[in-house]
Amino acid sequence: MNFAFFEVFDVYLLEAVVNGILLGGVLALMALGLNLIFGVIDVVWICYAELIMIGMYGLYYAYAVYALPMWIAAPMCIALVAVLGLLLHYIVIRPLLDAAPINQLLATGGVLFFLQSFATVAFGIDFRNLGIRLPVLAIGEMHFSYARLLAFLAAVAGMVTIYLFMTRTYIGTAIRAIAQDRQIMVLMGVDSRRLYLVTSALGGALAGLAACLLVLQYDVHPFVGLSFGPITFMIVVLGGLGNFIGGFVASFVFAEIISLGGLYSDLEWGYVLAFAFFILMMFARPQGLLTRRS
Amino acid sequence: MTAPLLAVRNLQVRYGDLIGVADVSFEVAPGSIVALLGSNGAGKTTTLNAIAGIVPASAGQIEFAGRAIAGEPAYAIVRKGLALSPEGWRLFVQQSVEKNLLLGATPVGDKARIQHQLQRVYAVFPRLAERRKQQAGTMSGGERQMLAVGRALMSEPKLLLLDEPSLGLAPAIIETMYETFLRLHKEGLTVLLAEQSVDLALEVASYAYVLQVGRSVLCGPARDLLNNPEVQRIYLGVG
Ligand SMILES: Nc1ncnc2c1ncn2[C@@H]1O[C@H](COP(=O)(O)OP(=O)(O)OP(=O)(O)O)[C@@H](O)[C@H]1O
Ligand SMILES: [Mg+2]
Repeated sequence: MNFAFFEVFDVYLLEAVVNGILLGGVLALMALGLNLIFGVIDVVWICYAELIMIGMYGLYYAYAVYALPMWIAAPMCIALVAVLGLLLHYIVIRPLLDAAPINQLLATGGVLFFLQSFATVAFGIDFRNLGIRLPVLAIGEMHFSYARLLAFLAAVAGMVTIYLFMTRTYIGTAIRAIAQDRQIMVLMGVDSRRLYLVTSALGGALAGLAACLLVLQYDVHPFVGLSFGPITFMIVVLGGLGNFIGGFVASFVFAEIISLGGLYSDLEWGYVLAFAFFILMMFARPQGLLTRRS
Repeated sequence: MTAPLLAVRNLQVRYGDLIGVADVSFEVAPGSIVALLGSNGAGKTTTLNAIAGIVPASAGQIEFAGRAIAGEPAYAIVRKGLALSPEGWRLFVQQSVEKNLLLGATPVGDKARIQHQLQRVYAVFPRLAERRKQQAGTMSGGERQMLAVGRALMSEPKLLLLDEPSLGLAPAIIETMYETFLRLHKEGLTVLLAEQSVDLALEVASYAYVLQVGRSVLCGPARDLLNNPEVQRIYLGVG
């Protein structure tokens, strides 16, 4: 009797751990986009999750309403959000580059509410989904959804692409260099404004990819950004703003807390635990998980 | 007399309420090595940074190859053929030696020319070729100085500004460094050299200017300044 109890428990535990890893991949993708923008341009896109929300609607309309095949709809969605990232930089960030950080935060915060109300007016408040039901993969007594597996693999592919881009190409090298020393990059003959545009498009494209992966699993509505925006910010802050590796590690830490925390009751409790963990860590390690305490 | 490659007239640079450079004027003839001398805080770095465009001039004129460049963005100035090896090197420490060099070649654009220039820099500094894959941040002081100069050379400059290339280096390394400058000069490069070590700079320079608390106070052929007691007086900070 006792023995059987533990057996069941272990299966659930293992399933939760694996689901945590799958969730972590998608969170890491979102954290990477936000970190890229912060590391290079030195601004925080508070409206990052709302860009993703627009991207989710984009895929919903392209795929479910206009019935485009997925291999066209998904790249279109990524391109759409990349263009949104460009516009966000061009219209809102560029005029405020030399302004106080609080003004930049308020401005992108304004964009957050703008996008939410725009979506409410344009798309209504109904929950919508792609209407795809992907099968569930059963391994022994464990069950994993194909949607999550697919999202995880695509997120990893996206991150590997970014990694190769940043380490193998001239523009990627320049983007990393400008994150290291903004002032000296101009001595290299680099017009930083152009690099900022490229970076904004990249950050947007990452949000677009995240949008495709999220709308596979969740319904989209104008306020859906609230369910993963805050968690992404906590991850990025805990990983150390602009620290790519830190953000990556923190993504999996949070994902496991959410997933394992959800074991004991429902997933919402996992989020409560994650936020509590964040607050504790802000006392213990305000500089982020990976930085050494001085 | 030929027109100067670089002419600075009554340059003034302010850091907020503080004055970095009050009134500096000098000229650099094409094909020459000109030294900018002065003790700590005299305004050498400020002057070079203003010429390169990374700090704004608040008054005065800067002309390069006959055109006013003051107020232009730094990335446009380096594209005109004026490169700075900055104080403290300012390397991209997390990236490899070769990536640092390639970043310096941004103004060149053409791939074949960049490769050619890369081979030239490796010929000038064989040590950099040996360490092309090493992270810049893990190099020794002398190697970093070589990399800073090499990175500036990658932009195919007509005029190279060097900010205290001897700072913190062992005498033997300083000597080879200066021999390299002479060699580059023979190949046609014009050099503006900011230094605290008077003897060193006057040995390679043809002409020199002395700065004192943000003003150009003395100038002349390097040979004459070497024996000028006034220079020693300024350096010892007397009067
Ligand atoms: N960023 C800055 N903000 C305020 N004042 C500055 C700044 N940089 C330089 N200064 C001031 O400008 C003056 C000139 O400094 P600068 O660095 O140009 O001198 P320098 O001749 O290069 O000295 P050193 O030989 O020590 O490098 C100094 O009084 C210095 O304190
Ligand atoms: Mg200096």
